[in-house]
Amino acid sequence: MEGHSSDAVIAIDKLVKKFGEKVVLNEFTVDLKRGENLVVLGRSGSGKSVLIKCVIGLMRPESGTINVLGEDVLSLDHDGLDNIRSRVGFLFQSNALYDSMTVKQNLEFPMRRHLKNIDFKESMDRIMDALENVGLAHTLNMMPSELSGGMQKRIALARTLILNPEIILYDEPTTGLDPITGKEITLLIKDIQEKYKTSSIIISHDMKCVKRAADRIAVLVNGSCYAVDTYDNLKRSSDPNINQFFE
Amino acid sequence: MRMPDSFNKYLDETGATSRFTYRYFHELVRPRYEIRQFLRQCYLIGYTSLPLIGITGFIMGLVLTIQLRPSLISYGVESQLPVMVALAIVREIGPVITALIFAGKISSSIGAELGSMKVTEQIDAMEVSGTNPFKYLVVTRVAASTLMLPVLVMISDAISLYGSYLGVNIRGNTSLRLFFFQVFQTLQFGDVLPAFIKTFFFGFAIGIIGCYKGYNSSKGTEGVGRSANSAVVVSSLMVFIIDLIAVQITDILGLN
Ligand SMILES: Nc1ncnc2c1ncn2[C@@H]1O[C@H](COP(=O)(O)OP(=O)(O)OP(=O)(O)O)[C@@H](O)[C@H]1O
Ligand SMILES: [Mg+2]
Repeated sequence: MEGHSSDAVIAIDKLVKKFGEKVVLNEFTVDLKRGENLVVLGRSGSGKSVLIKCVIGLMRPESGTINVLGEDVLSLDHDGLDNIRSRVGFLFQSNALYDSMTVKQNLEFPMRRHLKNIDFKESMDRIMDALENVGLAHTLNMMPSELSGGMQKRIALARTLILNPEIILYDEPTTGLDPITGKEITLLIKDIQEKYKTSSIIISHDMKCVKRAADRIAVLVNGSCYAVDTYDNLKRSSDPNINQFFE
Repeated sequence: MRMPDSFNKYLDETGATSRFTYRYFHELVRPRYEIRQFLRQCYLIGYTSLPLIGITGFIMGLVLTIQLRPSLISYGVESQLPVMVALAIVREIGPVITALIFAGKISSSIGAELGSMKVTEQIDAMEVSGTNPFKYLVVTRVAASTLMLPVLVMISDAISLYGSYLGVNIRGNTSLRLFFFQVFQTLQFGDVLPAFIKTFFFGFAIGIIGCYKGYNSSKGTEGVGRSANSAVVVSSLMVFIIDLIAVQITDILGLN
């Protein structure tokens, strides 16, 4: 796309999202480059979840453009959107594991839906791979409610990985976990980036996670992208809008 | 002139429910069809309600018979007891009571289930997994409850009549064959058909209201509770409203 560096896998331009009178995103602009981990930093309620839900077409912005893997998300029809969604993984803030299904069925679901005629053996192999990636192969036949919060997060991550996405959107992957589990998840995210060469947008205000995982950080203030830079550069900044996150 | 807020809210809600209903029919006819989910819901909604519906139906028939006997004796028409009870059950009490119990059980559980799926982003997760959650969750549940309630009502009616037969036999003496012979001789097409048709509308209303409340649940566990609760209240009310409309229509059509 013109105006953006050619290696951008997601290009968000002048995104505006309102709920009634309330402006949540106001001309938000940012690029995600191939292979990088971009962290979006912002206060609670600043519109971070809304931002990545717009990227995957779960919410419709009022104006602006979103380009994902060369496709203009806002002008895609149903099938086009499905195609993009099969290439972009989404880790939900609340895990969103289907609580009426076992772990196995949870992982099967996106596969059976996106790849309509995948055979049984291949799907089983992929499930075991994904579970081993997150170290939870033994939970195959358990229900999500039998798992701890950290385990649920890892299963959700396994479900996100099962379609081998090129891009992963993480919505607060470490929030609500103890520091040790949080660190494990962060390392897992780094591993995935290196192993599968994925590009990711990570939403977080857990500074330990941010420091470890981020290649670049976008600071979301008052609905727009206030600054984009590396962790070290932002930490040195004297701007109070940026400082507040690094205390 | 300004309308009071509560009235505006009522109109908003009515409008939103109508759009939701329109969307249901729109998605119902368009492929792809979630047959497996539909059958699963028929099982969950229909089969698992059987014991409850059966027990209440049985008690209903028995109690009604015992209660009616003294009045009929005082008019000297005790022999008409089976017929009176059968008419009451088949035409009115069977469908309405079964629908109310169904509303209490199904509407609230659908409301709570979809509500918690909504607030824990499971519905969003379905959507990004290449599934239309409205088809997968709403269409299957509404279709299942529309089709299962009539079946449950028929079963409940039959069990009620058996309960009534036992009730008759507490003080009197009649054979099962004689009882049902008497009942079927009096029951007319016009008694059965309108009652049967309206149960589809009951089932539809109960399903769609449960789904609407759950699907539009507000954030937080409190929102889920409120969805489940108002699903039961509104769908029970709708059962009576539909019943009222149905009786007017059958009256106009001269089916009485
Ligand atoms: N469906 C919706 N309807 C109305 N307002 C909404 C909706 N979704 C989000 N909002 C509003 O948009 C704002 C941003 O919400 P969002 O969930 O993106 O916050 P967030 O940055 O992810 O916060 P957190 O860190 O707490 O998850 C909030 O003020 C919220 O009230
Ligand atoms: Mg959020």
